Amino acid sequence: MTGEIASTTALPNPEREPKNYLNAAWTVRSWLLTVDHKRIGLLYLAGITFFFLLGGAAAGLFRLELMTPQSDLMESETYNKLFTLHGIIMIFFFLVPGIPGVLGNFLIPIMIGARDMAFPKLNLMSWYLFMIGGCFTLYVTVAGGVDTGWTFYTPYSSTYSNTYVMATAVGIFITGFSSILTGLNFIVTVHKMRCPGMTWFRLPLFVWANYATALIMVLGTPVLAITILLVALERGLKIGIFDPRLGGDPVLFQHLFWFYSHPAVYIMVLPAMGVISELVAAFSRNRIFGYKLVAFASLAIAVLGFLVWGHHMFVSGQSLYAGMVFSVLSMLIAIPSAIKVFNWTLTLWRGEVTFSTPMLYSIGFLGLFTIGGLTGLFLATLGIDVHVHDTYFVVAHFHYVMVGGTVMAYLGGIHYWWPKMTGRMYPEGWARFSAVLVFVGFNLTFFPQFILGYLGMPRRYHVYDEGFQVLNVMSTAGASILGIAYLFPITYLIWSLKYGPKAPANPWNAVGLEWMTSSPPPTENFTETPVVDFEAYEYHRNAADSHG
Amino acid sequence: MNTEFQIFPDAASTAAGKVDALYLFMVVLSAVLSVFVAGLVTYLAIRYRRANNVNREHVDHGNTIEYIAMAISFPILMGIFLWGAKVCFFLFRAPEQAMPITVVAKQWMWKFQHADGRREIDTLHIPTGQPVKLTMVSQDVIHSFFVPAFRTKQDVLPGRYTSVWFEATQPGEYRLYCAEYCGTNHSRMIGKVIVQSPEDFARWMAGDAASDEPPAETGRNLFEQYQCGTCHRPANEEGARGPTLEGLFQSRVPLAGGQTVVADETYMRESILRPAQKQVAGYQQIMPTYEGQVSEEGVMHLIAYIKTLGAPAATKPAAAPAPGSPAATEPAAPATEPTVDTPTAAPATEDNAANESEGNAP
Amino acid sequence: MSTTATLPTHTAKKTPVVAHHFDDWTQQYDACVLGMWTFLVTEVMFFGGAIAVYMIYRWQYPMAFAYASQELSAPLGTFNTFILLTSSLTVALGVRYAHTGESRKVGWMLISTIVLGAIFLGIKAYEYYTKFEHNLAPLLNLPFDYAGPDPGPTKIFFGLYFGMTGIHALHMIIGVVLMALYIPAAFRNEYRDGNSLGIEIIGLYWHFVDLVWIFLFPLLYLVDRSLAAPM
Repeated sequence: MTGEIASTTALPNPEREPKNYLNAAWTVRSWLLTVDHKRIGLLYLAGITFFFLLGGAAAGLFRLELMTPQSDLMESETYNKLFTLHGIIMIFFFLVPGIPGVLGNFLIPIMIGARDMAFPKLNLMSWYLFMIGGCFTLYVTVAGGVDTGWTFYTPYSSTYSNTYVMATAVGIFITGFSSILTGLNFIVTVHKMRCPGMTWFRLPLFVWANYATALIMVLGTPVLAITILLVALERGLKIGIFDPRLGGDPVLFQHLFWFYSHPAVYIMVLPAMGVISELVAAFSRNRIFGYKLVAFASLAIAVLGFLVWGHHMFVSGQSLYAGMVFSVLSMLIAIPSAIKVFNWTLTLWRGEVTFSTPMLYSIGFLGLFTIGGLTGLFLATLGIDVHVHDTYFVVAHFHYVMVGGTVMAYLGGIHYWWPKMTGRMYPEGWARFSAVLVFVGFNLTFFPQFILGYLGMPRRYHVYDEGFQVLNVMSTAGASILGIAYLFPITYLIWSLKYGPKAPANPWNAVGLEWMTSSPPPTENFTETPVVDFEAYEYHRNAADSHG
Repeated sequence: MNTEFQIFPDAASTAAGKVDALYLFMVVLSAVLSVFVAGLVTYLAIRYRRANNVNREHVDHGNTIEYIAMAISFPILMGIFLWGAKVCFFLFRAPEQAMPITVVAKQWMWKFQHADGRREIDTLHIPTGQPVKLTMVSQDVIHSFFVPAFRTKQDVLPGRYTSVWFEATQPGEYRLYCAEYCGTNHSRMIGKVIVQSPEDFARWMAGDAASDEPPAETGRNLFEQYQCGTCHRPANEEGARGPTLEGLFQSRVPLAGGQTVVADETYMRESILRPAQKQVAGYQQIMPTYEGQVSEEGVMHLIAYIKTLGAPAATKPAAAPAPGSPAATEPAAPATEPTVDTPTAAPATEDNAANESEGNAP
Repeated sequence: MSTTATLPTHTAKKTPVVAHHFDDWTQQYDACVLGMWTFLVTEVMFFGGAIAVYMIYRWQYPMAFAYASQELSAPLGTFNTFILLTSSLTVALGVRYAHTGESRKVGWMLISTIVLGAIFLGIKAYEYYTKFEHNLAPLLNLPFDYAGPDPGPTKIFFGLYFGMTGIHALHMIIGVVLMALYIPAAFRNEYRDGNSLGIEIIGLYWHFVDLVWIFLFPLLYLVDRSLAAPM
């Protein structure tokens, strides 16, 4: 069954390329008003790449400043605005919309055999909302910045900061709607748009992971929206809701904020886990070990993720007993995460492993995510968190999860599906080199920060004690390697659009509906609606005929 | 004081060893697990690489392996949790005899006051071998009191008391950081804790302590200035329109709604600033609010003074006639620890009975 | 959240145009209804967050909130509740007529709902006006005069009152506008074939907005009023 669709649609035709979603129309209008989920995926790709570069530039600047303990390049105001900008952009405009926006949009309908998302216009609207929200952030950046940190803790954000808090809040509020609509679209699409034969347990794990993500987006983002709205009301209309001078409780803000923002961590990492499932299966040519448990682990993480927000507040004055509850629940969330790491690893067992770029990123992910997850246990442990809370230990931990996890998976996924998205192959040698460079640069940047954290260097410090300098210099050195390493893929991927060799329909010889249509796929994904009569990752049943 | 390259922080409190032990255990555990995962990935990836001729026959296994992994990891996780909780109880439960110090934080400064009135800014002297308990409040945004060498940290909130305690073991100078981002000069809101031997500390205290008025004394002056004593009279006097304050601290106060509360610092602070919230049973709500009229330090001084008002034997309140009056309690409730009511005496010793709720009262 | 249960039985009459990416009308119908329910879940979380904040402060400052809620007019609130419940009835009738293909009646029901919604908003506006009159609107640094005890938490109460009822009113305004957009189609007899999807969706939305008020009204106006009664 793999053969038929692929071979009919992907016949190379030197005279005239077959119609696909890219060459269907060339006008700017056909892109900006498109309702094709694949084009919207590419619009997201453009948007988030831009924000990634902006957020990365901010990080580069303040890492440079942190080379020395004193203030040399910039004033504290500037430093504070830079780390705030970095956090806001990377979280709300890169990590949250990243994998769902680009890969989720592009792949979910294809993977489930649908012609499009359930609500294509809503999908386009999501992208516009995302960009409008982004414009607010850009405006803030240009106008003078905001210095509250991405966490917007009250009463600093609501009363004391005299920077552009309102505009930033509005931007995030609008982007939140983008997130909600994306989540809604994913949920309805996965429920209602699956092609005949595509049962829940035949879904690729990437779809499961995005489904779990969508649940969090739909349930969590509105709470962020109301929280931001309350802060905006407080600032704009001078209603004091978190204002301690009226008897308001600034810690209540933290509860509301983390009620969204902790699950948001899983919005950022679950899709990455989905990507890794696809990659590991494809390059081990093996069914994911314990498929169902991995699928359920995604849901378990999504659900448990809503019950652990208080572990961000062990020292903020909440009661010790509340802290214990949150601590124990946070420990529990390690179990589904560990199951996943375990199952990806065991997928290699009796597989047929090759080391293409996406696989290198996956192996990197496994290592870095393991460290990120284990250091998460440190932070969930009450006695340790008291000391390392709000230090560089926390910074290192979430970068291991967010960058070592999500960004590695995102890059791996982009390489893996690049031939499908663009119809071109990327240069493998450069890509492998960059993957290794990213891994090295990343570890050099963030590993020293664990040590800094336990030494007690608080985060968000512009000037610091001299004793911390050696480790900070290491970190900055790593950051420069990492920064350069990220520029490679951007360069050669753009290069490949024109000069890369044409991609066949299934360059990796992988299974899954997305590899059974042409590269790039036609506008409605398949020439005829596929009928699924096989399980996910059926490499073994397939081994005989897939080479044909 | 963090001026030289280190890879492990100084340990200078009784808590440090406990936290470090747990931390090092976790480091070892993580290292073992990381090496295990990395080793397994490497081994499997090499053994099952495409070029290698090995058995790749597909086996349909159940989920037994995962269930075993879960069964093993669960008790380990719970063990870590319990150990962590135990350390945390140690970190958050101040011993009864702890020496009280008050802290008022503001952008970007730490203000300390010892029980005998000695004030310090950005520097805190403490003796070794003596538990110290800080009662902290912020004048503006949220700050966080963090001394890495003591392995403890506590956010300092506006509008609510929090507390932190430690017992230093090694004389020396240790860095104090603000760990919660608090605005432009967050990274300059640092200070030092100077730990001295008890003798040196006593000598330092004796130095020029006289220049600073003890907090209870300041509190008494405030008490008189606001004419609190007009209504809050000793229990046996006539004309008390407000509940007596004698023996109030740490007593159980019956409220109008039928509940009772323990009169800790947080309660007293609220009753001064927003008296209507917790009305004492049997009294009219006539006390005006002092929100915005008394500074955070003033409130702390008033509380320090009220703490010195012993049980029935009390004599002091220099009564001057006039209106308003803070705080409230039922006369019946006995003081937990009656003490000297001469306001000049340090209120230190009877501070902080054990049942105080770690500064976490909602 | 059973969506198939609400599927009208008469889709056979004449199937409406199916969008290109759906296989058939049933799939499109199911997808839209599920989409709306999912959206309402997000709305529940949105209002839920605000209500949680309110409950926490109410629990922290029971007396101040009890006194403050006395400042709200229970009769007006009750009357508004009655109005809004009636509008839920009219919109439900509209859905019913859409099912049975009585397109003009759908139009009239939408108009009635809009009128009732407007009455509600009018009364709400009057209530706001009286709060401004009595200097009980803690907005934009307007003077806030409050004779009772504890102006601080009282300000929080009124802040939340304006915030929550304001967001609710905004939802109603959006609903009214959306319904107005459906009226021309109704009078062009476009619902004669029982193509009720659009009306059903707007109906779900309106019921939800109604439901939010059912929570807001007792929370803001009624609960613990008696606590403060002796004053």
